[in-house]
Amino acid sequence: MATETLAAAVPVPGDQEPVVIFDDVSIGFDGKPVLKNISFRVAVGETRILLGPAGVGKSVLLKLANGLFRPDSGRITVFGQEVSSMPEGDLFGLRSRIGMVFQESALFDSLTVRDNVAFRLMEDKVPESEINDRVAEALRFVELEHTMQMFPAQLSGGMRRRVAIARAIVAKPDLLLYDSPTGGLDPITSTTIVELVVKERDLYHTSSLLVTHRLQDAYTLATHTFNKAENHMERSPGDKTNLYTSFLMLREGELVFDGSTHELVTSDDPFIKEYLT
Amino acid sequence: MVGSVQDYAVLSASSIANLFSRRLYWSDIAMQADRIGVGSLPIVILTGFFTGGVLALQSASTLAQFGATAITGQLVSFSMIKELGPVLTSLMVSGRNASGMASELGSMMVTEQIDAMRALGTDPIKKLVTPRVVATIFMLFFLTIVSDAVGIAGGASVSILMLGQDGSQYFHTAYQSLVFADILQGLVKPVFFGFIIATIGCFYGMNTRGGTQGVGRSTTQAVVYSSVLIIAVDFVISRLMIGIFGR
Repeated sequence: MATETLAAAVPVPGDQEPVVIFDDVSIGFDGKPVLKNISFRVAVGETRILLGPAGVGKSVLLKLANGLFRPDSGRITVFGQEVSSMPEGDLFGLRSRIGMVFQESALFDSLTVRDNVAFRLMEDKVPESEINDRVAEALRFVELEHTMQMFPAQLSGGMRRRVAIARAIVAKPDLLLYDSPTGGLDPITSTTIVELVVKERDLYHTSSLLVTHRLQDAYTLATHTFNKAENHMERSPGDKTNLYTSFLMLREGELVFDGSTHELVTSDDPFIKEYLT
Repeated sequence: MVGSVQDYAVLSASSIANLFSRRLYWSDIAMQADRIGVGSLPIVILTGFFTGGVLALQSASTLAQFGATAITGQLVSFSMIKELGPVLTSLMVSGRNASGMASELGSMMVTEQIDAMRALGTDPIKKLVTPRVVATIFMLFFLTIVSDAVGIAGGASVSILMLGQDGSQYFHTAYQSLVFADILQGLVKPVFFGFIIATIGCFYGMNTRGGTQGVGRSTTQAVVYSSVLIIAVDFVISRLMIGIFGR
């Protein structure tokens, strides 16, 4: 794999406070530790890909970042606010800056696609005409504008995942959390989803944390860019990797890797080597 | 067990506290009121009518031994308004709606829709629980009145058409025997029962774990616990009311 880096054409201030900070975070369920002493950061405009085998605590980590779980110990800071000790009522306000795509989409099955995507805007009492425009824009982004009046049950798995992405980005969040967005999908549909993540990253430069156990999707994210003129994803010129896309790897609840694509592929750690092969 | 009671108390208190928050989901309250109230009307009418009817039938044969069939109306109205109307209506609504709430919220829980709602910045207790609690209390109050009226009418139908009693005598005794304390007791109960039905249904729904099997378990538990609690609280309220009003 090429290890040269390609910076996205966007100013990413390195001196700004990180969007997400995990500081020595641990959590367990029913007395069994799930995550142990996790520490990492997500910088402004950065995309961090969290790799690891199934059942290692990746989704739990993502829910911790959104305040959906509280850690047993350690501190989690998002946008400078400590979510690990914040009352639930205050978290609702903070979450308006965070978009989250759930593993199984988690669309509201009693609402239409339009109402699912518009949910946050309706809660914020945004005027109806503006809601319609923004929902149409978000659905256009995922190329599902024609499904507006359909219900989630009428959509395929891949389409549901794309609607979930539209719902996450409709409020133009400052942080995106993707929980295995390609999990359980066929390779072609997975590529479509990865393309949308790349498109979001390269067009809007939103800080994001993406969980996946699919190495192929992670590499695609690191080595591809979105061509706006051609409206499709393509391999980065000269096989360069994206400077603002980096990796984290979990193993049995512990963070065993935190670094760039180059550092990942050249790592001497036997577990990482085995995982990559 | 202690943890569950604590969680139930927190959920119940939050659902009530949300009534005083800036935002109330009126459209959700109206939708739930339609679903719980209007949707339960047929079973409440049928249950009330036949309960009143069978009450007249059974009591008339007993009263006949003492030559007191004239007070059949009094016995039916007394029983329906103070006990059977509130309790049977609540049990029917519990079977229909506590189970519905537990399964609906339970399904949302296991498919991460509740987490998605929280992630979208919306408080699920405010959006899902409070409207159900308000709608159930409000509608159960009126459903009980309907049940009482239909039950007395059912008793009248049996007394007049099957037992050959005098209609005006039936309604006269039914009306004359009632005092304020009886009506109050009959109308206080559905307020408590409505609260029990909605909070128990929502509590088990919001605490569902373990996929579809978990949803089934929550549904069963919601109906069982709300029904038992209704009957237990009925005893407590009845005792309190008798203590206060002397009847």
